Amino acid sequence: MGRDTLTGSRIRERRIILGLKQAELARRANVSASYLNLIEHNRRRIGGKLLLDLAAILDVEPAVLNEGAEAALLAALREAAAIQPETSAEIERVEEFAGRFPGWARMIQSLSQRQTSLEQTVVSLTDRMTHDPQLAEALHDVLGAVTAIRATSSILVETEQLEPEWRDRFHRNIDEDAKRLTEGSQALVSYLNGEASDSGHVTTPQDEIEAFFAYHNYYFPQLEALRTDEEAKTGVTDLIDAASGLLVSGSARVQVYALLARYWRDASALELSSILQDISQMGLEPALIAAHRDVDLDCVMRRIACLPADMLAPYVRNPRYDIANGGVGLAVCDGSGTLTFRKPLQGFALPRFGAACPLWTLYQALSRPLTALREVVVQSGRDALHFETMACAAPTSRPSFGAVPLLEAHMLIVPLSNAGARREDSRSQPEPRLIGVSCRICPRDACAGRREPSILIGGV
Amino acid sequence: MGKHVLLIEDEPNIIEAVSFLLSRDGWSVSTHSNGHDAVDVILLKRPDVLVLDVMLPGRSGFDILAQVRSTADLQGLPVLMLTARGQLKDREMAERLGATRFMTKPFSNSDIIKALHEMSEV
Repeated sequence: MGRDTLTGSRIRERRIILGLKQAELARRANVSASYLNLIEHNRRRIGGKLLLDLAAILDVEPAVLNEGAEAALLAALREAAAIQPETSAEIERVEEFAGRFPGWARMIQSLSQRQTSLEQTVVSLTDRMTHDPQLAEALHDVLGAVTAIRATSSILVETEQLEPEWRDRFHRNIDEDAKRLTEGSQALVSYLNGEASDSGHVTTPQDEIEAFFAYHNYYFPQLEALRTDEEAKTGVTDLIDAASGLLVSGSARVQVYALLARYWRDASALELSSILQDISQMGLEPALIAAHRDVDLDCVMRRIACLPADMLAPYVRNPRYDIANGGVGLAVCDGSGTLTFRKPLQGFALPRFGAACPLWTLYQALSRPLTALREVVVQSGRDALHFETMACAAPTSRPSFGAVPLLEAHMLIVPLSNAGARREDSRSQPEPRLIGVSCRICPRDACAGRREPSILIGGV
Repeated sequence: MGKHVLLIEDEPNIIEAVSFLLSRDGWSVSTHSNGHDAVDVILLKRPDVLVLDVMLPGRSGFDILAQVRSTADLQGLPVLMLTARGQLKDREMAERLGATRFMTKPFSNSDIIKALHEMSEV
């Protein structure tokens, strides 16, 4: 089967350009008009003397008529048909198909190439999961510790009259293995949650954005003092241009531009000196500050979250809070619950992929727009530290008849000190809410919010 | 003195617990904790049963098993493979290389004792 019948399309195209009638070309090439019609519609193959004659009449090189992208297209279509033989594609009519429906043919070519690319990606990721030394090491550590604990604890329980020195020794071993298990579990959770990746693993626009903000410690003094829109545009663009190594994808740059523009608007609405003064006088009370300054609550939350720990800590005098090390964290989500901005905090993991824990105050806020919510939470895993979370959801657009109101929720995450975590009066202070990171890596089996089984329950 | 079992495993607390367990069950227990010279140790100790971890420092348990099965004096040695990976392909690999039994961590104490008794009686 030759590849040259697509030549017909080129002959037809060239004839029309020259303003020749089909009958005239047929006559000069000494073939019937109906035969030329079949050639032009790729129903008949062409070559040899007739191709040379037509090329001469049409004033082009013969090669121009029968070489080019069509050959690659036909090869791609044949390959696509071979990959999926169960579809019984009419391979013998591939040239006719490509000639009559070139757009559909190119789409099949494109989809086939995309499928091949995705299959290679899946193979690569599967290979990584299977052979990743970090994952293998973490699993080995965890299962090694679990095995030792199981064997040792069984001995302690099942051995009658166990000598005191053996008993003490096995108790020590269990203590050691429990610590090892804790460390191994944390390493595994970090790995699965993507926290262990370094810049070498940056793969998604979201990764690039987080790397960019982490590099700047979420604080941009360059934008704080800018007064005009033009200055802000230049300032934001300069920051993005200077981070070409971190912001590789166009998607990440677009998103960072929007985030930095909002940062500048926040800084203009609530200047650095004002927010620090308010925190000093009113405490870490975003709702009070918002009312005092007549700005939106979410703006105050973002301003507080962007402040570096060493800048914020001297102004926060409430001993309940312990922000000297990492400052304050922030999670922002849209109406679908998708996290759109994360400022992570030591001890409060924010999932990079998939949905977070539905018990978060952030999601409660989505169901109660314009209501400021505050509660004490303890996240599973890690060292089960206490945090105070403050959340509020608000529309992102003005009301409009017939339009769906779009919401955005913010959640400020404030670490509590030991004193802040203690419940001095259990009657007036509710129990801390037990929350997770995401179902996949949450060990709390009996949770009403569970969407999917945890990989940490029932063994890895 | 009971039958001799050699445990090749790199986790010290697993070594201690399993050694204690098997000793109380009447076995004579030797241990070794790296893969480099494991085959030399097996040839030296000449155990009745070998318990072999898959993930060892220096050399994998699969490599060691392959050499054991290609060593004339050790071809009949019953070998219980221990692994932290419960994947089907690891089990298939162990069986293909000639493991007598395969046990996935974490295992129960009664299971390992039962397995060793059955293997040593064959």
